[in-house]
Amino acid sequence: MSKDIRIRKGLDIKLVGEAEKVTAEATKSNVYAIKPDDFHGIVPKVVAKQGTEVKAGEPLFHSKSNEKMLFPSPVSGEIVEIVRGAKRKILTFKILADKEQQYADFGSKDVNAMNGKDIKDHLLASGCWPFIKQRPYDVIANPDVAPKAIFISGYATAPLAADIDYVLAGKENELQAAITALSKLTEGQVHVSVAKNGNSPLNGLNHVTLHNVSGPHPAGNPSVQIAKIDPINKGEVVWVVNPQDLIIIGELLLTGKFNAERTIALAGSCVKTPKYYKTKIGAAVSSVVYTAGVINEADIRVISGDVLTGNNVKPDGNLGYYHTMISVIPEGDDYEFFGWNKPIFNKISPSRALTFSWLFPNKKYDLNTNTNGEHRAFVVTGNYESVFPFDIYPLQLLKACAVNDLDAMEQLGMYEIAPEDFALTEFICVSKQPHQQIIREGLDLMLKEIG
Amino acid sequence: MGLKDKLHKLKLKYQGKKMAPAFNAIHTFLYLPNETTHSGSHVRGADDLKRTMNTVIMALLPCLIFGMFNAGYQHHLALGEIEAVSNGFFSLEFWSWDNLVIGLWKVLPLVVISYGVGLGVEFLFAVIKGHEVEEGYLVTGMLVPLIVPIDTPLWMLAVAVIFGVVIGKEVFGGTGMNILNPALTIRAFLFFAYPTWMSGDKVWVHGAVERANEIANGAQLDAISGETILGGLAQGKNILGSADASYSISDAFLGFVPGSVGETSALLILLGALFLIFTKIGSWRIMLSAVLGALVMGLIFNGVTSSGWIAESSKFYALMNLEFWQHLIVGGIAFGIVYMATDPVTASQTNKGKWIYGFLIGFISILIRVFNPAYPEGVFLAILLMNVFAPTIDHYVVQGNIKKRMKRLKLKTA
Repeated sequence: MSKDIRIRKGLDIKLVGEAEKVTAEATKSNVYAIKPDDFHGIVPKVVAKQGTEVKAGEPLFHSKSNEKMLFPSPVSGEIVEIVRGAKRKILTFKILADKEQQYADFGSKDVNAMNGKDIKDHLLASGCWPFIKQRPYDVIANPDVAPKAIFISGYATAPLAADIDYVLAGKENELQAAITALSKLTEGQVHVSVAKNGNSPLNGLNHVTLHNVSGPHPAGNPSVQIAKIDPINKGEVVWVVNPQDLIIIGELLLTGKFNAERTIALAGSCVKTPKYYKTKIGAAVSSVVYTAGVINEADIRVISGDVLTGNNVKPDGNLGYYHTMISVIPEGDDYEFFGWNKPIFNKISPSRALTFSWLFPNKKYDLNTNTNGEHRAFVVTGNYESVFPFDIYPLQLLKACAVNDLDAMEQLGMYEIAPEDFALTEFICVSKQPHQQIIREGLDLMLKEIG
Repeated sequence: MGLKDKLHKLKLKYQGKKMAPAFNAIHTFLYLPNETTHSGSHVRGADDLKRTMNTVIMALLPCLIFGMFNAGYQHHLALGEIEAVSNGFFSLEFWSWDNLVIGLWKVLPLVVISYGVGLGVEFLFAVIKGHEVEEGYLVTGMLVPLIVPIDTPLWMLAVAVIFGVVIGKEVFGGTGMNILNPALTIRAFLFFAYPTWMSGDKVWVHGAVERANEIANGAQLDAISGETILGGLAQGKNILGSADASYSISDAFLGFVPGSVGETSALLILLGALFLIFTKIGSWRIMLSAVLGALVMGLIFNGVTSSGWIAESSKFYALMNLEFWQHLIVGGIAFGIVYMATDPVTASQTNKGKWIYGFLIGFISILIRVFNPAYPEGVFLAILLMNVFAPTIDHYVVQGNIKKRMKRLKLKTA
């Protein structure tokens, strides 16, 4: 049974430097890094102290609020450094990888024979739990609250995003094992969405409710699909899992090994040969980026993730825990003479105010990181709605967050959204307001005050 | 290269200093800044507030240029020095050098005072409060000279601009925070502070006031009538449309009539509206619904007169009896709807709310126009009134959304 979901409002940001569908093996990274900040809201308690040897899958730290929630090392090796920042906050675990990788053995399981509790304990113990995130609040799922449904978006619409059909190909067994396991964690359904005209390995799986999604970004965002399929009400919880992470969960269940391997897309206008690379979570981005070669090395921004929601990791940074791509684009730290009133052909704009992107809907753009204007108070109205496919008033919600009005946030639909859903409104914002940050802080406040 | 580097060095020098906002305002006028993204989306769209405001100014320029020629044309016509236009929009009687000279002489000072005083206040506040100079006044400064009568004394304009920018905008926190449209606040201040000057029938044509004073002093000259169409209608004069009337319908549509500087040409305002809608800067919802509102009110009044509920001797009869669609081409309603009602800060912010907001502006404009004995134009009062109610409209629209969400929750738990 499959249903069609068609999203009309949105904006596809078409950029040059799309990854070619060829997968190369990335150079092995010497040092892998895991940043606790990737797991939003988690306060880490160190398990593996500096100098200890860990196997792949053995925990580096656990959550301060729930010590059963373990965060594993992606590789085997020695913890060479735990970098701390202000107030001794842990910033990074650095692991010097062994030449020969050793995996902790969690034992292969027959998923069909397990019950929900067994699966939950197994995922927690093996460090696979952090792959499961929840709405509301867009944080790692609370294992003690059963979700009303689980959502997996197999349709990527973010700029230059890795093609999910391509990276999942041939992994049907792992995917099925993971989905069977997840289906036992909820009373409701496991909703899987795929591109309408795609050929996704997710198509033929059991225990899922399949949805065909089409339309511009943010159609691939789970929140958009949730809103169309089974909107979140106050007090309800749904879980969200990235399809790439299903492979890791599936492999763990089938073989007992935590294999943090991931096929990522390397894309962006500064990459000489953009294509797919096989690498691992936490690998140094330089191991991928410099294999492919970059243009104009001195003035680039290396982003773990897509250009709308990723992190600026700098060329010496590492692949984030949840990211499935690396984007490399030019920095835009230069002035532009009369840039605010001359006709613009080389940038994307939702308006037609002497901006001409509306003439070339299929043109690919080489955007840089310039803000194209200064930060201002909210002035223009009605434009966010054109890229925001929710039955929510985005401007009013942002303002409610800005003034910490918890009641208004709750009433206006804060439970239904994640910061990534405000990436496009942020992109088109005339006043250059930091929407994702405003929403993230709003969600954090709600989590703290209401829970 | 040279200028860019020099300005960059100066920017670093001014950083953190008191004068930084003033310098940055000039710097960012010349150069799009070198700011890069720090959080959230790493790439951003091409539009910023300056571009948005600039688009509105571009839509206003035809009205300004036409207004300059019209200032001269009305002046010369009233003195009997030239013939009335005969060849439609491109009549040479209108687009003449003589007319332009008067226009430049009378209108440019209004523009200069409006921008000079207004931006001066903006810069002052930016430096005192340490925030950037925001772009809101770029449009306000262009609107103000277009909505005042040609013979407005410059000192009055300066006082009104200071009042409008300080009380209308800065006390609320600057651009984006104001409740009332600053340009209309300035207009309303002029109207209520200097009513005898602003609402007579002399101030609309350059020279009429002067001539009236000369006559009062005993000079043997013909008086100049500077009456607007609405002023004439309010006094029950036969001024528009019919064969022996002073102005034809096409005069009113094309704009060859007395009135505030930029408001007379419905044709150019229509073109400006289409430009604003095409560029997606102006809200078509507000414009369309306001036009509908005005037409509906006009039709109601037409219905009242045709069913004989009001005596022909009534002082409201002429305006009520004006064909409903002709309301749109006389007075300032078209200008108000296109350029002032659509101000995003003071209008309703929700799309549904914009329909209600616009409709009521059109509706109330005609209502005030017909029943206001002192000054037969209602659009600026209607917009100011609806500015005040816009948040209320939004509140109910948003409540609708909230109710929908609550209902979904109830269905679920029931």
